[in-house]
Amino acid sequence: MSILLAFLIGGTLCLIGQLIMDLTPFNVTPGHVLVGYVTIGAVISAIGLYQPLIDVGGAGATIPLSGFGHTLAQGVLQAVKTKGLLGAFGGGIEATSVGIAAAVVFGYVMAVIFSPQG
Amino acid sequence: MGTNEGGLLDKQFQKAKQQAEQQKYQQMVQSVKPKQTWLKNAIAAFMVGGAITAFAQVIQNILQAVGLAQKEAGTTTLVIMIFLGAFFTGLGIYDNLGKFAGAGSIVPITGFANSIVSPALEYKREGFVYGVAAKMFTIAGPVLVYGFLISVIIGLIAFFFQ
Repeated sequence: MSILLAFLIGGTLCLIGQLIMDLTPFNVTPGHVLVGYVTIGAVISAIGLYQPLIDVGGAGATIPLSGFGHTLAQGVLQAVKTKGLLGAFGGGIEATSVGIAAAVVFGYVMAVIFSPQG
Repeated sequence: MGTNEGGLLDKQFQKAKQQAEQQKYQQMVQSVKPKQTWLKNAIAAFMVGGAITAFAQVIQNILQAVGLAQKEAGTTTLVIMIFLGAFFTGLGIYDNLGKFAGAGSIVPITGFANSIVSPALEYKREGFVYGVAAKMFTIAGPVLVYGFLISVIIGLIAFFFQ
């Protein structure tokens, strides 16, 4: 059941991205989609509307980049409570540090060991 | 000479007629084509994006079944998905998937990993500093910039208004 819900929520989040790319008059590139998802995901999470989506969709809501925005927002909100102003600067980055480090390290290693295609 | 002029006029008339027909045809193509592509793209994005996140849910369920707490299982799943996204980009498979799936392969975190490895590989011949390491952040850089910006803005709002 959790797998089906993850499929539906994750699929829908991707579908929205595709419709924005195809049906808006602006030239929306993958970069714009990723930046938009992180930023809007963080804002939606800060006003408390992203957690319900995760409660229903699980990985369907955490794996899309809007889930990265959610981790940033929740991390910073927690850190402000415990550390005050310094938490406002560090909280989001602390909460996402594992993902960012994994992306940089794995990304670098893969780029070094593989050769460009074609 | 008269026949020549007549032939020339006839040729011009034929050419104009052909152009008008071509324009009409192009208009017809334009009115039919975008609708079909956006629908096809939308279905592909939904199916592939859903499949990637459903696969992540399977991993997360397994991790929780072997005893990881929900938060740790979620973070570990994220790391595994990032690894897989980077790995399949290295193999050259993920970019081919992207041509078909569009946002279905861009929006999940595997697409973020892909956006790091893909330009890094492409510019590898420019060296390991200005090639690989610099180009890794072509798309990931803006994502981190705006991610950190919005995070600090949310933090400052929470600090001053609560």
